[in-house]
Amino acid sequence: MTSSFILSVITFVLGLSATLYIAAWVFKKASVGKAATWIAFAGVVGQTAGILLRWMESYQLGIGHAPLSNLYESLVFFSWTLMVIYLVVERAYGNRVIGAFVAPIAFLAMAYASLSPNINDRIQPLVPALKSNWLIAHVITCFIGYAAFAIAFGISLMYLIKQKEGRQQGRLLSLFPENRLLENLNHQMVTFGFLFLSAGIITGSVWANSAWGSYWSWDPKETWSLITWLVYAILLHARLMRGWHGKRLAYISIIGFGAVLFTYFGVNLLPGLHSYAQ
Amino acid sequence: MKPSDPNTPAAKIWDFFASVRLTVVLLLILAATSTIGTLVPQNASPSDYFNTYGPFLYRLFAILDIFDMYHSWWFQFLLLLLTLNIIVCSLNRLSGTWKIVFRKNPGFVLERFRKIPNKPVFNDSRPLETLKPLFVSRIKRRFGTVLMEDTEKGFCVFAEKGRWTRLGVYTVHLSVILLLIGALVGSFFGFEGFVTIPEGQAKSRIRLRKTGVVLPLDFAIRCDAFHVSFYESGTPKEFRSDLTIVENGNPVAKKSIRVNDPMHYKGISIFQSSYGKLPPDTVTLKMESEETKLEYRKKASAGQKIDLPEGAGSFIYRDFKSRYFFRGRDLGETVFGTLIPPGGTPKKIVLPLRFPGFDRMRKDTMVFSVETVEPRYYTGLQVSKDPGVWVVYSGFMIMIVGCYITFFMSHKRLCVEVMQKGNGNQVHVTGTANKNKMSMDAVVDKMARELAG
Repeated sequence: MTSSFILSVITFVLGLSATLYIAAWVFKKASVGKAATWIAFAGVVGQTAGILLRWMESYQLGIGHAPLSNLYESLVFFSWTLMVIYLVVERAYGNRVIGAFVAPIAFLAMAYASLSPNINDRIQPLVPALKSNWLIAHVITCFIGYAAFAIAFGISLMYLIKQKEGRQQGRLLSLFPENRLLENLNHQMVTFGFLFLSAGIITGSVWANSAWGSYWSWDPKETWSLITWLVYAILLHARLMRGWHGKRLAYISIIGFGAVLFTYFGVNLLPGLHSYAQ
Repeated sequence: MKPSDPNTPAAKIWDFFASVRLTVVLLLILAATSTIGTLVPQNASPSDYFNTYGPFLYRLFAILDIFDMYHSWWFQFLLLLLTLNIIVCSLNRLSGTWKIVFRKNPGFVLERFRKIPNKPVFNDSRPLETLKPLFVSRIKRRFGTVLMEDTEKGFCVFAEKGRWTRLGVYTVHLSVILLLIGALVGSFFGFEGFVTIPEGQAKSRIRLRKTGVVLPLDFAIRCDAFHVSFYESGTPKEFRSDLTIVENGNPVAKKSIRVNDPMHYKGISIFQSSYGKLPPDTVTLKMESEETKLEYRKKASAGQKIDLPEGAGSFIYRDFKSRYFFRGRDLGETVFGTLIPPGGTPKKIVLPLRFPGFDRMRKDTMVFSVETVEPRYYTGLQVSKDPGVWVVYSGFMIMIVGCYITFFMSHKRLCVEVMQKGNGNQVHVTGTANKNKMSMDAVVDKMARELAG
């Protein structure tokens, strides 16, 4: 059994979990929600095993590097981080509706990694530029940040849906967390993501300086990570200093996640130093 | 800091920069304009731009410095505005924060805590005099400063911790300023240059990337050897240059540099950046005589005449090209030489490495081919100096620590009030924090459980 096989099976496990989270929310069945959590948990365990196995396989192939070196591996790691953070949030706040908005993102990331014909799931040796201890620190910090922003995005969507239905208090909204919790969670995820995005940009910058002799060269990926950072900096200042809250912050959080996605995928369409991430 | 008379121009400028609205607007403009440079490739050649964008857009972009926008006057001006904004905003608020953080006696207002709704309340039947030391010692375990005061109906204990965390946000702002200062130091006192050095040679002059100006160094960099290796798939595995620093004719330092493993000497850093092939010094020729069917091998050095076997004359290795087009087809790496037959006119000989039978087309008695060449490389090095890099790195560290303090720590204040009621005492536990109020609620609940237990 290879790691790619395990990870493609996990794709379906996460798909099932996401479906159950949505079903539990729509049909208000607590038992379905519980099943969703357990399947999500099993998915994360399987994903952990898949990632570790892939790591071992790369050593058996004589290549020997952490499974964080290309788009396939980064998508798997993103999905894993997202589910781990989500399960922690679910445990802390005891609300499974959030899962209906977050688990599908983790599933989509895995599905894209496993099924897209453009993504190579083979273990490849590292090109000279990637041979650095900074690789692990840079990728892990960036993707923890991205995962936190993805959850903030899901929560912001929920907030906006709730505001829209607003007055009549639709049937689907009865299980939603209260506004205060949604706003608070959005903020917590953004601050958590901001810390890790900062660390990700910083580790990348130190790495670039040791590889190319310049800690900042306005390469499109660098620039887009800075743009993302600026968008979330705007959110934090608007909230803490200008007292913005509610809808407006939810919109900024969604725009911020758009910037994350562009930094992650869109930049590959532009020329630059990060071409190996394709 | 702030000018005292609000109507002076200085005060108006101060107020302009003291606004967080300005911060948000500046961050927004920076984010929006930064996208331009990712869509329009930066620092390409003018003719490329002209062909891509046409005369009108080319003129417009050239006026706005779009082709090097991150170094344009208007982008730098935005950064300057942001810097002033951060400094003025921070100074404006710092005086207030300073007074709270460095106050000798922590000020607690019991009334403020009494107004907090939904506080945990429990009853305790033990006498007040037993509870006083017990509560103080339990609270001391979790809070730094603890104060006990008697009230009309009993007593109350105030406690606080993390007062200093209110300074966290200023350290984040400081870190941003450090990054900008570091970048400024780098651009004034540093340089980024490039040099290519053939194996076995030394160079002491580099070309600056931005201006193309030649800069002499205090020392020479010698490339003793360059190695490149590939994976089976053909992707590169390692680039390595064995370098020696030569100062006043003496070798003073040696290092094999790789990508991600540069060399540092006298504040100047040398990075592996690129490489290329040079014409080989020597090639090994193979000669087959059509008459005797014998094979000969001989080494030929560039420009040197070698004598050929069987009295076939002599041969000179003239040139090497990585591409050679023959009838519209690229035959790849090719050696060019001159054959001088005894008493005859010299003939040009073309020997593509991949096609050893190519020379048979000449239909001569001696067929030449190149068996091996000793590859020779030049290494491309990035040579740069950036005295600002340590300012930037300290900014990085302060930013991480500062973000952690700002987002995940807070100034927490606790108030436990004990009031005599009937035979027992009623205990109210309340708390406030300057941020993350929800997590403070958890701290209060936990404290209440600890005190009740």
